[in-house]
Amino acid sequence: MAEPFSIRRQPGFTTIAILCFALLYLPIATLVFYAFNAGISVAVWEGFSLRWFQEAMANERVQEAAWHSFIIATVAALVSTIVATMAALATTRTDPYPGLTFKYAFINQPLMVPEIVTAVALLIVFSRVKMWTGYTGLGYLMAAHTGFCIPFAYLPIRARLENMDLTLERAAADLYATPWATFRRVTLPLLWPGILAGMMLAFVISLDDVVITEFVKSAGQETLPTYMLGQLKRAVTPEMNAISTVFLLLSVVIVTVFFFINRKKT
Amino acid sequence: MTDPSAPSAQRVIDEARARDVRSRWLLSAPALAIIFFAAIGPLFVVLIYSFMQKGDYGDVKPWTFSTDGWFNVLFERDLFDDTLGLAWANLVIFWRSVKLSVITTVVTLLLGFPTAYFISTRPEHRRDLWLFLITIPFWTNLLIRTFAIQEVVRNEGIVNSALIGLGLIHEPIQIMFTDTAILLGMVYVYLPLMVLPLYASMEKIDFRLVEAGYDLYATRFAVLRRIIIPLVKPGIVAGSILVFIPSLGAYVTPKLLGGGKNMMLGNLIELQFGQGRNWPLGSALSIFLMIIVMAALLVYVRNASDSGGRHG
Repeated sequence: MAEPFSIRRQPGFTTIAILCFALLYLPIATLVFYAFNAGISVAVWEGFSLRWFQEAMANERVQEAAWHSFIIATVAALVSTIVATMAALATTRTDPYPGLTFKYAFINQPLMVPEIVTAVALLIVFSRVKMWTGYTGLGYLMAAHTGFCIPFAYLPIRARLENMDLTLERAAADLYATPWATFRRVTLPLLWPGILAGMMLAFVISLDDVVITEFVKSAGQETLPTYMLGQLKRAVTPEMNAISTVFLLLSVVIVTVFFFINRKKT
Repeated sequence: MTDPSAPSAQRVIDEARARDVRSRWLLSAPALAIIFFAAIGPLFVVLIYSFMQKGDYGDVKPWTFSTDGWFNVLFERDLFDDTLGLAWANLVIFWRSVKLSVITTVVTLLLGFPTAYFISTRPEHRRDLWLFLITIPFWTNLLIRTFAIQEVVRNEGIVNSALIGLGLIHEPIQIMFTDTAILLGMVYVYLPLMVLPLYASMEKIDFRLVEAGYDLYATRFAVLRRIIIPLVKPGIVAGSILVFIPSLGAYVTPKLLGGGKNMMLGNLIELQFGQGRNWPLGSALSIFLMIIVMAALLVYVRNASDSGGRHG
């Protein structure tokens, strides 16, 4: 007899699963590997070097794009988290009231429309607004990003709120705390992990966006992803690998923190 | 004796409730307003634009009604003799979009199902780690993942280098700028979207049912087909929808891996707002894509409520 009979085993499943993990990570691993290539090729290894990281860092267009990405993601994450927190407080821990379902549908709407459709819709509207007002700054991108970040910020905050009952808030009110004091001293500290998770999710979503940014941006207004998209259509040097590696690292750090915040909760 | 002018208890409660609902609307107003202006409102503008005449240099002629945009989704007039014909170029792109999205969904399901099953049958304290390994590529920028695949399938990429190195082929196989490249890219990019919902429903499998199946002399395949698959059907449907919808609207992956010739619906829409200078057609195509997506979501909602009723 070989190993004991396991009711959970299915033949071949483990092999396919391991293969899947390998397939998911091999391309990314290769990409990171060649970021450290001394030569100009992204396929022929010529020795270890950090030169492409230095070149990417010194590249003014990369610096500018990274700055745009950062400032847009920060504004979008902050604003969307604040309004999503308010919306979550307004849509949880209550008996159903007229319009509640409508609010859910409305807030989750950006998740249901293909990105390319939202992108052309915003292109049409913002090109008009640009003509009327003459303003062509980063405001449009911030507004667009805030819009599609709201559902992502909203989901973890709402989930957290639904697990909090009203006992503590009622106790605070019984002790003559004002509604604001109750919110600041009781609700907010309890809700904080949800808010933090929502904010990080929104930040990553904004940082990663290509399609909507590509259509909304004014001329010369690159974010890191749109800059990369432009470069990838041409022949690439390991500089792209280096930028990708740093970007990747950033995402991994944020996701790891998010993962642990969420885990502590349960 | 009760004072008739004093409010009844019921009225006080009603008023408090009305106040509560009012403040809840006020509290959610900023989020609703931003989504209205930055997402939903513009969609209505797209609908209106799809019924206008196209401008000579892009945009539309304001306040001119025309159904040309919708007409051009499927038909076109011959440039020379003005005869009516089907817009074959568009039809080819629709077909490619649907075909590649369906194949992507099937392949991710075939790969994702065993993967999700593998994760859900790990010891409980290790599952989070495996799940985390699926989540990382999911949160990695789509562009970076597409770039990674591009590096793999290029003529000088690792696949071709390896095959040449092994002496299996002498000339690199052209994978870049073909449907195969788009397919590989989409499978790679959307695989986590299949695994996550599948895992969510597999985690809940009651293995006593599986054990009962084996007690009744079921084979491994019979257990899979008659017990496991029916139990995780909601996850299969959710995963398929989650993969199918973004595949159909894919833009970045076909643009980078398919090149200019192998367009999908998303690229066709972009074209109308760029070189095509046909905004009404682009708008009509966008609404068309949205209708398909809404239909797919409807199927999903139907299915979810169905199975919810039966199992829960």
